[in-house]
Amino acid sequence: MLQLVLFNVTNGLIIGAFYVLMALGLSMILNLSNVINFAHGNFLALGGYFAYTLAPYLGFWGALLVSPLLTACVGFAVERVMIRKVYNRDPVYSLLLTFGLAFIMQDLAREIWGTQGLPLGVPAVLAQPLSARLFFITGYRLFMVAIVIVAVAGLFAFLRYTRVGVRIRAGTLDLEMVAALGVNVRLLRSLNFAVGCLLAGLSGVLAAGQIGLNPNMGDGLLMPSFIAIIVGGVGSLTGTLLGGLLIGVAGAVTTVFLPTASEAVVYLIMAVVLLLRPRGLLGEEGLLS
Amino acid sequence: MSSTPVEATPWAPPRQRWLLPVAVWAVLLTSPAWLPLLGGYTALAGRVVVLGLAAMSLNILLGFTGVMSFGHAAYFGLGAYGAGLTLKYLADSTSLALLLGTLLGGVAGALFGALIVRRRGVYFAMVTIAFGQICYYIAFRWNSLTGGDDGLRGFRRQPLHFGPLTLDVQNNAVVFYYFILAVFALATGLMALLLRSPFGRTLIAIRENERRARFLGIAVERHIWLSFSISCGFTAVAGALYALLNNFADPLALHYSLSGEIVIMAVMGGMRSFWGPLIGAAVFVVLQDYVSSITVNWMSFVGLLFVLVVLFFPRGLLGMLGRSGAP
Repeated sequence: MLQLVLFNVTNGLIIGAFYVLMALGLSMILNLSNVINFAHGNFLALGGYFAYTLAPYLGFWGALLVSPLLTACVGFAVERVMIRKVYNRDPVYSLLLTFGLAFIMQDLAREIWGTQGLPLGVPAVLAQPLSARLFFITGYRLFMVAIVIVAVAGLFAFLRYTRVGVRIRAGTLDLEMVAALGVNVRLLRSLNFAVGCLLAGLSGVLAAGQIGLNPNMGDGLLMPSFIAIIVGGVGSLTGTLLGGLLIGVAGAVTTVFLPTASEAVVYLIMAVVLLLRPRGLLGEEGLLS
Repeated sequence: MSSTPVEATPWAPPRQRWLLPVAVWAVLLTSPAWLPLLGGYTALAGRVVVLGLAAMSLNILLGFTGVMSFGHAAYFGLGAYGAGLTLKYLADSTSLALLLGTLLGGVAGALFGALIVRRRGVYFAMVTIAFGQICYYIAFRWNSLTGGDDGLRGFRRQPLHFGPLTLDVQNNAVVFYYFILAVFALATGLMALLLRSPFGRTLIAIRENERRARFLGIAVERHIWLSFSISCGFTAVAGALYALLNNFADPLALHYSLSGEIVIMAVMGGMRSFWGPLIGAAVFVVLQDYVSSITVNWMSFVGLLFVLVVLFFPRGLLGMLGRSGAP
């Protein structure tokens, strides 16, 4: 029993790591631009498909490096062409826009790469099981977690120690003031959107190695990412990190006892958090509330 | 459609106010006669009316209170499941199914609404989506009750009895269409009364300037909660009708994709106008029906429609015709 629970906690942490990667990108875009990116799951799928296409030429490692960057480029372009047009309008328009974008991207992915699921080969070093004694875990899963940790640490360092990162954080608090101080806010928002898509692309490559590719592979991650943000508290990236891990583990542990409730428990956590602490675990008072 | 300027609010000057409703009702009442000639079918008209009702219900919240819900499919779907489950397990009564479906959606809306009225803007939208997905997962997972992924089958709408009079809504599609229309008339009549009442005007005051409304002593949260609950209740009516129309309810009726579609109907028709969402629904349903019959890439078309409406026609069809009502 303990072994099973332990196994599921590990599983939950791995799933939670994906939620975190996805939710951090969503959260960054939400905080700076006040836009919910419904197409975030499709950027994830795009990252995976880029890796699938590039892997024969660059190998897995090259693809792991290049595909997220390509996804970020696509995100940058999409922000320039579409998303920025709705920044100063009623938020309903940004929602509808990214919603439509999600439909288009999913259909395009289906058109280009087909409806069939595709595999992404991972290097043999990573594919072998590490330990069969305590419980079964492949190297790839540990590798995924390691990459997520590196990416998250990199993101927090970027936001803390680079000029752009500091400006993004400042813009989250008071964009008008940042603009008044002479920062190119338009470029800042584009870069921020691109960084969000980079994270989505990275999780796409990692997910593709584990579960393979299909045009709507990102859909299932979108809702948990929303909930991670709500539970963690809008405006706090640390909160998002915490929220993602929490619901990942909670969902996985519930699977042991009551498999059909694994999704419900995640929503239950959200309802309880909203009831007891409406701004989320680490949310700022008054921000977006 | 008439090209006469159309007022954006239901209490526009009486000079033009009657034009649009008369046109709408003329089209709705006669559609079974001419729709088949244009290659349509009566059930299509039924879908337009039902989804139009859903979009108009959402618009109480979106257009008249200025609060954005992106989870209305949940209440639509709850209405559908409520009606379906009533017919399947409780009683062979169409009217009871309609009533219980409405109650289920309305009560759920009131409960969820109480948790989220303090949120605003995108955050409100996000929480409504998440709550909507709860209902989706319940319908999806609770196989024994709801049929899970396959949807709820095994029920049929029953003939209606008014004393000695029997309406055969079960087998006669046209009779059922007029039944839908009667419910629609009742619901939209109530909505219009509500929006013209002091309560409705208070909602508009909140939309226009929430802070000022608060300073005037208006209980903003309570009004938004009421508006949300009422909107959910009417959406559930539409959902119940939808289940009766198809003799079927499936989890996709609860999914957030449908929420997005309901929102785009309202926006495309013009969310500052009372009838706008119905017109948006008509355009959307007919277009979707047509496009999905000629290409497998209908998703791209729908997505493109979203993008084009947002970028180029943010005020919607009626908003473009009218002179007032900036988005």
